[in-house]
Amino acid sequence: MHYKRPKADVVIVGLGWAGSTMAEELTRAGLNVVAIERGAWRDTSTSFPTTRNPDELSGSIRKDILQAPVTETYTVRNRPGETALPLRKYHNLTLGNNVGGAGTHWAGASWRWQSFDHQPYSRVMERYGAKQLVDGLILQDWGVTYNDLEPFYDRFEKIAGTSGTAGVINGVKHPGGNPFEDSRTSPYPTPALERTRANILFSEATTRMGYSPFPVPSAMIGGPYTNALGINLAPCTYCGYCQLYGCGNWSKSSPNICILPVLMQRPNFTVVTESEVVRINTTPDKKMATGITFVDSDGNIGEQPADIVITATFTLDNTRLLLLSGISTPYDVNTGQGVVGRAFTFQTLSWAFMFFENEYLNPFMNTGALATQIDDFNGDNFDHTGLGFIGGAGIQSLCNQGLPIGMSGLVPEGSPRWGKGWKKAFQKSYQNYAQIQGQGTNFAHREQFMDLDPTYKDRFGQPLLRITYDYNENDRRSGRFIRDKCVEIAKEMGAREVKGVSLADDPYSGYTPWDSSHVQGGVVMGEDPRTSVQNRYQQNWDVPNLFVIGASSFPNNAGYNPTVAVGATTLWTAKAIKELYLKNPGPLVRL
Amino acid sequence: MRRRDALKVGLVLLATSTLASIYKPAYSKTLVGGSGAWKAQPPPPLSVVDSSRLVYLTQDEAKLVGTVFDVLIPPDELGMGATEAGCVTFLDHQLAGPFGSAAKDYKMGPVVEGTPQQGPQSIATPAEIYRKGLAELNTVTRKKFDKAFPDLTEDQKVAFLEGMEAGTIQFETVKAKDFFTLLLQNVREGYLADPMYGGNRDMVGWKLVGFPGAVYDYRDWIVSKRGQKIDVQPVSLLRTT
Ligand SMILES: Cc1cc2nc3c(=O)[nH]c(=O)nc-3n(C[C@H](O)[C@H](O)[C@H](O)COP(=O)(O)OP(=O)(O)OC[C@H]3O[C@@H](n4cnc5c(N)ncnc54)[C@H](O)[C@@H]3O)c2cc1C
Ligand code: SF4
Repeated sequence: MHYKRPKADVVIVGLGWAGSTMAEELTRAGLNVVAIERGAWRDTSTSFPTTRNPDELSGSIRKDILQAPVTETYTVRNRPGETALPLRKYHNLTLGNNVGGAGTHWAGASWRWQSFDHQPYSRVMERYGAKQLVDGLILQDWGVTYNDLEPFYDRFEKIAGTSGTAGVINGVKHPGGNPFEDSRTSPYPTPALERTRANILFSEATTRMGYSPFPVPSAMIGGPYTNALGINLAPCTYCGYCQLYGCGNWSKSSPNICILPVLMQRPNFTVVTESEVVRINTTPDKKMATGITFVDSDGNIGEQPADIVITATFTLDNTRLLLLSGISTPYDVNTGQGVVGRAFTFQTLSWAFMFFENEYLNPFMNTGALATQIDDFNGDNFDHTGLGFIGGAGIQSLCNQGLPIGMSGLVPEGSPRWGKGWKKAFQKSYQNYAQIQGQGTNFAHREQFMDLDPTYKDRFGQPLLRITYDYNENDRRSGRFIRDKCVEIAKEMGAREVKGVSLADDPYSGYTPWDSSHVQGGVVMGEDPRTSVQNRYQQNWDVPNLFVIGASSFPNNAGYNPTVAVGATTLWTAKAIKELYLKNPGPLVRL
Repeated sequence: MRRRDALKVGLVLLATSTLASIYKPAYSKTLVGGSGAWKAQPPPPLSVVDSSRLVYLTQDEAKLVGTVFDVLIPPDELGMGATEAGCVTFLDHQLAGPFGSAAKDYKMGPVVEGTPQQGPQSIATPAEIYRKGLAELNTVTRKKFDKAFPDLTEDQKVAFLEGMEAGTIQFETVKAKDFFTLLLQNVREGYLADPMYGGNRDMVGWKLVGFPGAVYDYRDWIVSKRGQKIDVQPVSLLRTT
């Protein structure tokens, strides 16, 4: 049957970090907000009790917490002209499907992006000129700068309780932090976590090599902390059931612990769970959004009318919803015209895998983002003249896995994979394996994009989103450069065996081991409607009461994880809605 | 799911339909702030799987897969072998559940093979692959050696499995290489998952590598035991040690 809910001031689609952060801001401003979330309700004490959370099989192996392909999947091909095929089994994108989104099970590396990452085009032109760009690369500024976003980065960290050691506060460098970070107005809310043996070996090696190691800022709360919304967060216990798990300790910043306990006290907030939004509704002339249509768990079709529509369903579904709704012009790879689905990026990963000889690395004591990093080769922190690429990577000793099933295949190359020989090799390698990750920038290209698949459908008969992606020459060059740095550091750390890989050397696959879950773009913000879907406030150029928030707005990926930048841009947009849009509904940027 | 089938029609009709007023769906929840009604469903209590009877495999299949598992993880001075550790019980229960039926996979057609990087396109479920693969295992060894798999010498068993792994031995009803990958994945899972799933008896797999198990707080050790051996009796979620 069909039904219609009472009209709301604002409907928010998806209740992950972006949706919850936005809902908190707008309900505090007195607006009546309804959120529609595909997944089920989740809270710490009922859903992630410490008495049942430490279970590798249901967690990172069977992946019960993720959005299952049967619910929604994506088709993938490497280049235009190929036939895209569906990701049928769990794949690397490991999306969230519950109240809290991927923010419940994320790893928690909590980065402010650098000013370079928000204005890559102007920075590259200024320093190197157009000759630095490989053929077909898409590079553009966001229309918003680090300085614009700093107060919002600051606020988001104080909601999340981010742990870390500041490198630059009000222009003054502080030892132990990241000397390359852009200036912050306050230190991290909670202190950095303790380091592991592998982290320390990395710090010592990189210091000897003349680099500047620092603890990666993280969502693992570094000490008791009352966040900006008055919620008490607890110190992380290094339990090691972290990435792909909810935290049972109130120790991993997530929408579930940092925002929802406050949001759910407000009578002007409602969330409808287990209901999937299938369309953004508009007036016939497509000039205004009128609300959204969803399918509930009974298969009934509901409508939620609203004055403002905000979608926060992450990169892929934000793009898909616009395409399904016929809002803004889809990108056409043949002409290069159109914007929805354009400027799609991934992440360029390089690794050094290491085996030591007689260590007790005790890998089970870890967190999702227990890492020590150098930024000497990230972003534009080094001179790229003559290198033939832009960007780089954060290079880190990452201690995020110690669970035995996941490590059972991590034996040195040439060791037996089964039989008595495997038992012996596994026993040794479990305590001697370590890794260095180069988490690299990734830049958009003319031939990397998203559109609707012509063949495959979802459970409701709607077309799946099709991803056309392969690494471009810029990524391949930066990937190899970073891989070699990872290997040099690994050798300096004294590893007995070191193997370096640059994932961009092989065609992109959704199943490559060790790959990232980060995808950005498709609904990017910018300064020019010909190359962006939304203006600098994440407001749709064509439909002024539609705001699409999240990493879909980012036209490039940094050598960092995206979430704190998602939080900051969400807060920036919330302020624009509250202080500019509500007073004068209409386009916030006029050309 | 029946209602879901009607949805395609529903979506098309939507534009012209008369909308009923508020309707309360069955398990979609409408949680209103301040109402206090927002609680998740408590998870079902934990229990250990019942190893006294088989739930998916036949007796013959269970015996056969046990023979294979014991080649993959044999008993030796480092600990018991896979079957003794309960890996067959583990597998049997996994195959009877959502893993066995690939309940989370996308299974809509057209089903076609693509490039290797497009990933597995087969919609065969693990339960089906085991049923066919185990049947064919004996057929193929009989053809090759005139013996069922369990009757081969240890060296022959190893060589045969190596052939499956390398793709030099092929089956007709399933891909032998994929079947091998599944066998290896599942035997490792059984040996290393929490004992409540039926395997990892006495936490033998955890003891092999020194993994403490279902421990949720390492603050005491993160610094004091850094780089040092930790002698600890592992614990299971069921708190058996
Ligand atoms: C395993 C993993 C590790 C990660 N680690 C890090 C990290 O260390 N650091 C970092 O910065 N980032 C990390 N990320 C990324 C991070 O999780 C995301 O950037 C962040 O969660 C994005 O928040 P979001 O609110 O934009 O989207 P999401 O968290 O994806 O939330 C979107 C929500 O929308 C819902 N939804 C989707 N479609 C619909 C629909 N049609 N109708 C209704 N609801 C819908 C989904 O169910 C989901 O709840 C990681 C991600 C993963 C998967
Ligand atoms: S490692 Fe820390 S933050 Fe992660 S789940 Fe465990 S206690 Fe929570």
